[in-house]
Amino acid sequence: MLRRLRLAAVLASVLSLAACGSSSSDTAAPASSGGAGKTLTVFAAASLTETFTELGRRFESAHSGTKVTFNFGSSATLAQQITQGAPADVFAAASPATMKTVTDAGLASAPTVFVRNTLQIAVPEDNPAKVGSLKDLTDPKVKVALCAEQVPCGAAAVKALDAAGLKVTPVTLEQDVKATLTKVRLGEVDAALVYRTDVIASGGRVRGIDFPEAAQAVNDYPIAALAEAPAPDLAEQFVDLVLSQQGRDVLTKAGFQAP
Amino acid sequence: MNMKAHLVVERPAFRLDVRISAAAGEVVALLGPNGAGKTTALRGLAGLTALNGGRVELDGAEVHHLPPERRGIGVVFQDYLLFPHLSALDNVAFGPRCKGLGKAAARRAAAELLDRVGLAGHAHVRPGRLSGGQAQRVALARALAVRPRLLLLDEPLAALDAHTRLEIRAELRRHLADFDGATILVTHDALDAMVLAHRLVVIENGAVVQTGTPGEIARHPRTDYVARLVGLNLYRGEADGEHVVVGEVRFSSAERLTGPAFVAFPPSAVALYRSRPDGSPRNLWQVVIDGIERHGDHVRVHLRGPIPLLADVTPAAAADLDLTPGQDVWAAVKATETHAYPA
Amino acid sequence: MPWPLLVPALAGLAFLVLPLAGLLVRAPWATLPGRLAEPRVLEALRLSLVTATIATAVCLLLGVPLAWLLARTTLPGRRVLRALVTVPLVLPPVVGGVALLLVLGRRGLIGQWLYDAFGVSLPFTTTGVVVAEAFVAMPFLVIAVEGALRAADQRYEEAAATLGASRWTVFRRVTLPMVAPGVLAGAVLCWARALGEFGATITFAGNFPGRTQTMPLAVYLALETDPDAAIVLSLVLLAVSVIVLAGLRDRWVGAA
Repeated sequence: MLRRLRLAAVLASVLSLAACGSSSSDTAAPASSGGAGKTLTVFAAASLTETFTELGRRFESAHSGTKVTFNFGSSATLAQQITQGAPADVFAAASPATMKTVTDAGLASAPTVFVRNTLQIAVPEDNPAKVGSLKDLTDPKVKVALCAEQVPCGAAAVKALDAAGLKVTPVTLEQDVKATLTKVRLGEVDAALVYRTDVIASGGRVRGIDFPEAAQAVNDYPIAALAEAPAPDLAEQFVDLVLSQQGRDVLTKAGFQAP
Repeated sequence: MNMKAHLVVERPAFRLDVRISAAAGEVVALLGPNGAGKTTALRGLAGLTALNGGRVELDGAEVHHLPPERRGIGVVFQDYLLFPHLSALDNVAFGPRCKGLGKAAARRAAAELLDRVGLAGHAHVRPGRLSGGQAQRVALARALAVRPRLLLLDEPLAALDAHTRLEIRAELRRHLADFDGATILVTHDALDAMVLAHRLVVIENGAVVQTGTPGEIARHPRTDYVARLVGLNLYRGEADGEHVVVGEVRFSSAERLTGPAFVAFPPSAVALYRSRPDGSPRNLWQVVIDGIERHGDHVRVHLRGPIPLLADVTPAAAADLDLTPGQDVWAAVKATETHAYPA
Repeated sequence: MPWPLLVPALAGLAFLVLPLAGLLVRAPWATLPGRLAEPRVLEALRLSLVTATIATAVCLLLGVPLAWLLARTTLPGRRVLRALVTVPLVLPPVVGGVALLLVLGRRGLIGQWLYDAFGVSLPFTTTGVVVAEAFVAMPFLVIAVEGALRAADQRYEEAAATLGASRWTVFRRVTLPMVAPGVLAGAVLCWARALGEFGATITFAGNFPGRTQTMPLAVYLALETDPDAAIVLSLVLLAVSVIVLAGLRDRWVGAA
């Protein structure tokens, strides 16, 4: 089983690199422990790219001589890499389910939910279809993009729509949030369901509309120091930073909500 | 049918400027060494090479501004260029099809032509499986199938081995005799030209150097190239009645003329002696043997002296004379076999 | 056989074949029949085969004349043109997909006009899949056919012209049959590339089962949650393409 997973993980990382090229990968950098020039390796969900890079910078200035390297990617891929033995110290996932893969393998215990992300309706700046509520998405004249159910934002969208008792027929089920947002930004679709953090990260070229049903599909982000962390002390300290007021400020500024 | 052409083609280091004509039923051979411009002239006629000047007329109508497909000129290419993906029959039927004939009718016409060149049994064979001679005949049939007003043949026999060549040459002669249009034949082989053509046009360095019937050309070559082709010793000199003066040599000849003149005689008209012969043959010089080679059933001796000379002697005579290179001998040329003609 | 050739040759073969062997060894054979029977697998496979074939036809229709233009005319700037033709080869397919959106999308340069005038919008349609695949795969065809045209002896075309054939007839009855092996090789490459196309397709045409979800898209999304399913889908795609290509090759060799 482990061998099969390893193969799958390699396949997954190769494919995702080739496909979206969005994950900046430092997987190969080995983590050293003890002494000056220590390295902390953090595996984090792609949606945390901007905030965690910022937190990493702060961590480095607070711990002189320490270098923080990140491996951002799809949470499922990261979880597979960790179970396959990747030398990671910290794992921050975009869903409890992906974290569960790691805790089930005995590689982490007691993850903490550090932020939550909620969905927004993303529309092009000029909102051509005059979308104002989730119900508007059911109009067959409105072209809607959703994330594929296999990725977290897709699962969340399904949850929200089910909770609202609405049936939306999307024109496409995109492979990740960024691709979904691209379709909105180019005006190819009239609306999409994405995380509010993604709307904020898109820099104002996409408008985000809150909707009450989003409360039914809140996505928790768990974080944990890993059991086999090469630098266990630093790992704990990094998790502490994320959970601190300072960490919370950085994250909420990016659109995340406190748990 | 009447063809008149003035072909001018300019290349960086070469200029072709020739005038060629051919009448209905006439076969004209363009004869010349490699690189003389024969094939360029042929391509110019066919419209495959653009002319830089001149004109091509068929029956008085200018055709040189027309693309090849509208000239009505048939071409048999040197290596035939039969379409490898079509059978012999479809190769021949290609032209008629282009002329708008239906598939069945074109094939009927093609079958008839193949039959005429003796290849009825090879109609469905692909060109790759035809012998050289067969391919040549298919190429001829294909060119004739469009009933061209002018037929061009580029070295039609060059790709064949010696034995096949003999056979195909005779056959080609027969087919050309049946063809009622004009024919231009390009060759560097004097024998092909002599056997197949009514008239020769000799081209050297892009210009016409001599034209005439095969007989005229064979008897009265006007350039070293032609002389070599027809196997004659040729000199250019000044005639003063009974003699033609070439450098320090005075030839006695049968003809009487004055002014610039050519003298020509076959190597067989030269006799060799170890010592100065008795009597006084009129054309007699002391020469040195440059080289000796076997040439058919006789021995060809290259001689150096007041003028370069080729002599043909029998093997027996060569043995008697004990000829070796570097040896001094006497050469005599029979005046009766020496032809002089105005240059 | 000289070993400086043999050793790297075998290493190269192993390099190409071992990943395939890996897929075969790790495939969940026990659950394979059940997974294959899933309608979404068959749907994606059917869509892949149909779109790749149509895309190849489109490439032939447009690519062969383009190759002819590049090989047989003395157009000014032909060198630049040839470089431009190969752009989709070096462009990351996702970027290609974005570029297609910018031109043919609902708000694209041409797409906007198409949408306003005819109500036609290519993204998120099966036609869009064909467009994306053709965009990425066409250079393979053009390059193969251009090479064949350059290698072909043009004197046969001259011979055809002296027999009264117009330019078009020469192309149709002499040029094309003579470069047919090159065209076929190009078409095969083109088809294979179209079949495996992922980036441009998902970006331009999106992902919707039965309409735009081809096999590579299904493989990618399956990888997110169910790697075994991804392996099965990859194997199906591989098996089908190998069968089709091998069959075509036999025919081709048989015809030659």
